[in-house]
Amino acid sequence: MNTEQIDRIIDKHNTDPGSLIQILLDIQAENRWLPAEALQRVSDKLQVPLNRIRHIATFYKAFSLTPKGRHEVHICMGTACHVRGAKRILDTVQDATGIKPGETDRDMKFSLETVNCLGCCALGPVMEIDGKTHGKLSTAETADVLKKYE
Amino acid sequence: MTRLNSPDALERFRQNLLSGRDPDKPCISICVGAGCIASGAGDVVAAFREEIQKQKLTAAVDTKGTGCPGFCERGPVVVIYPEEICYLQVTPADVPEIVSLTIRQKKVVERLVYTDPVSGEKAVHESDIPFYRHQKRNILCNNIRIDSKSIDDYLAIGGYSALSKALCRMSDTQVLAEVKKANLRGRGGGGFPAGKKWEGSRNAPETPKYVIVNADEGDPGAFMDRALLEGNPHAVLEGLIIGGYAVGANEGYVYVRQEYPLAVENIILAIRQAEEYGLLGKNILGSGFDFIVKVHKGAGAFVCGESTALMTALEGRAGEPRPKYIRSNIKGLWNKPTVLNNVETWANVPLIINKGADWFTQIGTNGSKGTKIFSLVGKINNTGLVEVPMGITLRDIIYKIGGGIPGGKKFKAVQTGGPSGGCIPEAQLDLAVDFDALAKAGSMMGSGGMIVMDEETCMVDVARYFINFLTDESCGKCLPCREGLRQMHKILTNITQGKGKEGDIETLEQLSEAAVEASLCALGKSAPNPFLSTLRYFRHEYDAHIKEKRCPALYCKDLIAFYIDPAKCRACMTCLKKCPVQAIDGGKKKIHIINQDKCTKCGTCIEVCPSRFSAVRKISGEPMPAPIPEEQRLLLKASEEQ
Amino acid sequence: MSEIRLQIDGKEVVAREGMTVLEAARSAGIAIPTLCDHEKLEPFGGCRICVVEVDAGSRSQIVVSCVYPVENNLIVRTKSEKLSRIRKILIELLLSHAPDSPLLQELAKEYGADRNRFDKEASFCVHCGLCVRYCAEIKKKNAVGFIDRGVRKEISFIPEIAAQECNRCKECFPLCPTSYLQAAFVLTEALAFTPASSEAAAVKQA
Repeated sequence: MNTEQIDRIIDKHNTDPGSLIQILLDIQAENRWLPAEALQRVSDKLQVPLNRIRHIATFYKAFSLTPKGRHEVHICMGTACHVRGAKRILDTVQDATGIKPGETDRDMKFSLETVNCLGCCALGPVMEIDGKTHGKLSTAETADVLKKYE
Repeated sequence: MTRLNSPDALERFRQNLLSGRDPDKPCISICVGAGCIASGAGDVVAAFREEIQKQKLTAAVDTKGTGCPGFCERGPVVVIYPEEICYLQVTPADVPEIVSLTIRQKKVVERLVYTDPVSGEKAVHESDIPFYRHQKRNILCNNIRIDSKSIDDYLAIGGYSALSKALCRMSDTQVLAEVKKANLRGRGGGGFPAGKKWEGSRNAPETPKYVIVNADEGDPGAFMDRALLEGNPHAVLEGLIIGGYAVGANEGYVYVRQEYPLAVENIILAIRQAEEYGLLGKNILGSGFDFIVKVHKGAGAFVCGESTALMTALEGRAGEPRPKYIRSNIKGLWNKPTVLNNVETWANVPLIINKGADWFTQIGTNGSKGTKIFSLVGKINNTGLVEVPMGITLRDIIYKIGGGIPGGKKFKAVQTGGPSGGCIPEAQLDLAVDFDALAKAGSMMGSGGMIVMDEETCMVDVARYFINFLTDESCGKCLPCREGLRQMHKILTNITQGKGKEGDIETLEQLSEAAVEASLCALGKSAPNPFLSTLRYFRHEYDAHIKEKRCPALYCKDLIAFYIDPAKCRACMTCLKKCPVQAIDGGKKKIHIINQDKCTKCGTCIEVCPSRFSAVRKISGEPMPAPIPEEQRLLLKASEEQ
Repeated sequence: MSEIRLQIDGKEVVAREGMTVLEAARSAGIAIPTLCDHEKLEPFGGCRICVVEVDAGSRSQIVVSCVYPVENNLIVRTKSEKLSRIRKILIELLLSHAPDSPLLQELAKEYGADRNRFDKEASFCVHCGLCVRYCAEIKKKNAVGFIDRGVRKEISFIPEIAAQECNRCKECFPLCPTSYLQAAFVLTEALAFTPASSEAAAVKQA
């Protein structure tokens, strides 16, 4: 991401210090991660200390300081899904992809995250890949779903 | 679009809209809330539009994607107006039949209506379905009737009439008095009287003042606010503007979690539409009251649902809560008087203004007035959103509305209040649901998540689950929460792994006391609740785990083993083939045995064993039965077995 | 500033509006144990060791004295069985991180805290925040800050700033009760300072 793109996002929010998180969310959405240069630029333009920005970038789960894989896999670990066996789904996904939540595999194919409730509790247990929801999963089906992604 | 500059202009516009709409015109309403979309509702909408066009009915029939009506277990949900015929689990393949039979010939497609699983009785109309019949859907009823992206639809059902009444026919003190009289208690979890909170801000001398919609809804298993904000954003907005007027705030915020992209989209659209119509901005409806609203997205932190942490996030900081020694309605956002209320609380406000506090107080119990929306989820037949009057019993919610426990399993507990709440056992199912009764039982109302658990749920694991959740979501600033939860998590994990020891419960109790008394915020103070309530009602499970290394619910992987009963096994080889680690030894007609060293306890064998055999079972706390001699493993022919 | 009259451990104390209970207690010569408090820094309220019992009217609760503002007719107790129980377990939790800290060992002796109650944790930072706050409020350099949240929270130096500033400052080092700060700095210096930034700092110093 170049400085111009970052500046455009910052200016959209009128350099309002309360909008710091919204600005970072927009950068994350466009770039799919927050490179160090982006954080530095935001720090300079908003006159906010870099350590505060780093705290925010690591405090909130929406942000990633490392590049994400081609496919983002989210496993819902909310209470309703948990009660319906979400842990087994997570175990299956970990075995199939070789990564743990928060990690991206070496081929940059899958990034895995756990989320706390997607709000589709009737479909539990739920796995979301690239925004598409897969519900009422069994362990056998889970491995099959993952195989479909390149 | 000319701005609506007066109450009369608003009414004229509304009448104009209504006169242009034929109430008898067929309308196909399909729920496009996030849950039904995940079940394929988007394709159903497209299929309807295509079929209507194909049958040349586009001018004669409306097709609408609407807000969530709550019967999520049976989505995609379709309601045909004006008859209110309700079809469930509709697929694109069903669409041509629906259009041909129901739209054209006014006939019902029997196989798509609700059928009672026990009696076989059918319920054609939405209001006849037992799931809905026992609810009191004062707020949610409108979701299925409107296109959530249309302000005209909201106006057509009477929207913004409360705003008009409040701004132009009532003074700000009268509005505040009405909300106080209604005794509306916050629906976000705390149950604090909204009117009292508003009054505190109103009387505080500093300006500017703020009003905030808390749409962070972080409790896992709760999605009431999502359905409200997605499905009827204008209702929430209307409540917020009225609140701003009563408090003396000209600026409002909607803080909505970014995990709800559809809700974000719909509220931003609703705000833009309201601005266009002059229902937001300067001199609303000619009343002289100015009000603007900004939307801020959450960035993935449960703690930001706590009001002071939310305000800290709005200030562009990491969401660390502040001590409530000085209340945030006096010193809140930017240290100014701030009223923060939950989505559902705000949605109640237009109703109270339109119908009056006296109407509102007729519903509910002495201490808790009005209705409450719950997300009924977990081990329950009818998963979805239910709106019930305060005072209804848990038993009625779970059995009459929820349809009981699936698979014939036994009810064990219902968990309310999310990570701050507790588990309520069968013995207490007849308690009348209200703020105080739930607190007395060791739980709390919370935001409305209601998770039903059955005999296969391990209550020690439930406590571990919630503590684990909080070790990640805690802001980490204060010691009793950060370190206390760290140690509680370790101990509870050990207990579920068979490493529990004498003294663990006492240590957990002491850590709980420190967290309850000394934590900085409500997250820490309420964190021990799931542990304390499960200890109160299910102590025997803790004792079994610690003393007998046994999990009574047969859930904890380290304490269970899968066993194939040789008396029941028919050597069909289903489990043998499906086992992901090839841990099952056997063959055609040779009774199967699970190799315990290889078994990963994934549960596939028990899932796939044909129900007429049910040969696989879990054992815990007892030694594995000795294997039968090899020669007995060969299955004889049926006649020989006699 | 108007006068406030309150009672601490049975003793009448006169304080000024805007003071915290901790400040009022100190002014009256009453000692309350603290860890994250520092006279030059804004109250943090992180360690919770300074908890006291307060009665305000009919309401009784436990609050942290470093943040709680004085009020008229407030009754404060700085010692009680419950407070000792809470402080003891808080210290034990701290000891699971830094059992050898002299400051913590002193507190442990006073409250009978057992350093082996909890298994040892990998990091010996106790999150008092003194380093972060000192660098932000006094030096205004923000060379070190918190990152992440919950049980994963830790302190972290900003290498670009630390390389420029820390070697000629180090005023925060004596504040650290566990010397984790020094260890973290040395590690950051070894792993993350670029030669360029260190050179620039050296040139500046010369």
